[in-house]
Amino acid sequence: MHMADALISPQVGGAMWATSLGLAAYSAHRLKPEMTERKIPLMGVLGAFVFAAQMINVTIPATGSSGHLGGGMILTILLGPYAAFLVMFSILAVQALFFADGGLLALGCNVFNLGFWPCFVFYPLFKKIIGKSPTHGRIMTGSIASGVLSLQLGAFCVVLQTLLSGISELPFGAFLLLMQPIHLGIGIIEGIVTAAVVSFVWQARPELLELSADSKLEPAMSLKPILVTFAIVALLVGTLLSWFASTHPDGLEWALFRVTGKEELEASPDGLHAAMAKLQEKTSFMPDYGFPETPATQEPEAEQPATEAEAEAWPAISAGTSVAGVVGGGIVLALAVLIGTLLRLVQRRQNVAVS
Amino acid sequence: MTRLDTAISDVDALDRLATRGSPIHRLDPRAKLVVTALFLLTVVSYPKYNVVEMTPLFLYLAALLALGRIPALMLARYLLLACPFALLAGLFNPLIDRQVVTYLGPLAVTGGWLSFVSILIRFTLTVSAVLLLLASTGYVAVCAALGKLGAPRLLVIQFLMLYRFIFILTDEAERMVRAHSLRNPDEPNPPLRAWGSLAGHLLLRAYDRGQRVHTAMLARGFDGTLRLPQGFHWSMADTLFVAGSSGFLLLARYGHLATRIGQWTMELAA
Amino acid sequence: MSHHIIEVKELEYRYADGTAALRNVSFRIEHGESVGVIGENGAGKSTLLLHLNGCLLATKGTVRVGDIPVLRDTLKQIRRSVGTIFQDPNDQLFMPTVEEDVAFGPLNMHLPPEDVESRVHKALEAVNALHLRNRPPHRLSGGEKRTAAIATALSMSPDILVLDEPSAGLDPQARRRLINLLDGFKHTKIIASHDLDMILALCPRTIIMHQGTIVADGATADVLSDRNLLAKSGLELPLGAQGCPICNAKHPEK
Repeated sequence: MHMADALISPQVGGAMWATSLGLAAYSAHRLKPEMTERKIPLMGVLGAFVFAAQMINVTIPATGSSGHLGGGMILTILLGPYAAFLVMFSILAVQALFFADGGLLALGCNVFNLGFWPCFVFYPLFKKIIGKSPTHGRIMTGSIASGVLSLQLGAFCVVLQTLLSGISELPFGAFLLLMQPIHLGIGIIEGIVTAAVVSFVWQARPELLELSADSKLEPAMSLKPILVTFAIVALLVGTLLSWFASTHPDGLEWALFRVTGKEELEASPDGLHAAMAKLQEKTSFMPDYGFPETPATQEPEAEQPATEAEAEAWPAISAGTSVAGVVGGGIVLALAVLIGTLLRLVQRRQNVAVS
Repeated sequence: MTRLDTAISDVDALDRLATRGSPIHRLDPRAKLVVTALFLLTVVSYPKYNVVEMTPLFLYLAALLALGRIPALMLARYLLLACPFALLAGLFNPLIDRQVVTYLGPLAVTGGWLSFVSILIRFTLTVSAVLLLLASTGYVAVCAALGKLGAPRLLVIQFLMLYRFIFILTDEAERMVRAHSLRNPDEPNPPLRAWGSLAGHLLLRAYDRGQRVHTAMLARGFDGTLRLPQGFHWSMADTLFVAGSSGFLLLARYGHLATRIGQWTMELAA
Repeated sequence: MSHHIIEVKELEYRYADGTAALRNVSFRIEHGESVGVIGENGAGKSTLLLHLNGCLLATKGTVRVGDIPVLRDTLKQIRRSVGTIFQDPNDQLFMPTVEEDVAFGPLNMHLPPEDVESRVHKALEAVNALHLRNRPPHRLSGGEKRTAAIATALSMSPDILVLDEPSAGLDPQARRRLINLLDGFKHTKIIASHDLDMILALCPRTIIMHQGTIVADGATADVLSDRNLLAKSGLELPLGAQGCPICNAKHPEK
């Protein structure tokens, strides 16, 4: 499952973008020019291969279900972890851009969830299981084990990121119980499918598989700097986030407050904000626009939940402001349609005039 | 198999839009990239129950989409492609969060429904913004702009190389799948064994092509660093675009525009 | 202008597994010559061509381009003077647009931007493809891809052009345009092809390869009319040299 823009908070999206870009920069750094000279064209075509192969569905025997190739593991087997991570990044970017899979802001999350685990963490496991003399059984075991584990952790990250973002209401436990078993199934299928390709290549052109296992071509994997960096970033983000969540429910508002020194922007006395403030003053002379009886806010079930996040997010609830808001929103939307249509008409006229 | 086919024609159609001319097309790709990032950040920074205050963003987007001459049909198709996911992700909110937060006439609105609508709005806004960026700039220029803004070089090169070979590889894959399905008319998807060999062959072909491309690159003096000639020209219009957009986004985010307009209208009506 | 010469002496090439792909190949091509290399599939044509730009290095024997032997240390100079056009233009066009592809070689030569620009313009002009400049390769027809691929080699201002199957997969008119285009180039040309009629039209001299060795090297008119030699090498008379199936008269292409 891809993380989506609609479910993400700017903090989580930004932090994961930073992490993924950092990993990409590190990977690019580790690939020396003498290696990229040979690898750049291969990375391009193998990325395109995964992109194409993902679209050919396969029927899994005895289950009747269909699955597709995950990509991370097979790329790592052929290209080594660093190049594979960059390739995964590019595939997910193309999917986000052209097919709206996840979205741009969530791309950092998705690259991490689907690229980090197979490329950097579970590839060594795969290599260990395969050993020096691969057999069909070992390839199958290795692919399934690494596929399942990669996806389990990837899914767990999706849960964490969703939870930290706080847009979706799914409680942690329930979401976890939903995601992990589904991805167990998907992981097994991906493992089987990966094994099918790896077995084929192993029989047809074994030298390709040895390529990245060859320590002369690929510097020894050093997980330590990556894990350390990751741990630091995670710690930082975690601390920052929990602090944000507890004290300042709306991070950007808080940042802005710090920058301007004022809680609310429109409170600043000059320029636009002054005009805004005046407008507000003017409107505040008017009595409540809502329903004179307005009992809604007094009803117990309308009471705000205790969490600060929601109290802040929905300030000063009253039917009056809600209605004003809805009316305003409706007008703005109508305006949006109107402006769009007008601009289009003007352009059409210009085009006609030109031609 | 039509899936490969539609995928590639989708990519192609989107990129073709980028060759049109419009005021938005003419902006520097870096400006558009920065503004898109700001826009996305603004959208996701709204509190989850906030629905009405997000509407001014539609105003902004609609103007840009119209100026950029993005066909409505393309936008609808793009939204449709991605919407099952957003629906699925948001569907739980009304079920779980049943707190009534406000009344619209006789209608009790729960927090869950509000945040659900908010998710749909977020989805529409973010997806449209990405479409606008891509269709008015083109994939290649977006990548080049990323590079200019400091993304790792090798990553940018990989973005470009992948894009080039997607067209060739999906074409090869499609021919192989067609050859398979012509001989197995009853099976929509190849079974695992056949799939393994099909994908395996595709992989080997891709690998060989990679090596031929490598040879062709070497023949033209390639030494491991890809040099991109593309230069951008930042003009006054770009500065104005970035400044204006940032200003509007800030105003939309913190100015309570919709509520104000609503109150103002009702005042006029009263 | 001695650097337009190619000299191959007792060239031998073996694959990693020991099979010989080329054995005792020797020839010398003079400045401005146009030479066709023909032979059945697997005769060693492409392998030979890959030695001319140093993509493969000789197991035994020597290859010289002008005064420079093709060695690991001289590859840079060699590749500057030998422009190779590969069999599948999709392998040669790897950049996002035609323009960037044509600029790829000059940029690798570390030329200043103005020079790169003028070379790109000249190369595209030479193949009448200025209108393709900003197109991505996947939006070109087969013939357009071929001309773009030729431009990518021309932009490096090579002295020698090496072409592998340039007419493969082209429709008759695109093929005709290609032949006219190549005919207009003053470079030393080496063309490997199964399109014997094109060889007949473009190359005064032809080399026939068979199982990794040269079995004939001479004037095209002689070589391509030797029915026995052609049959032994897995080839047949060019269509232009065969009788017309309708009126039974012979119409050589040129």
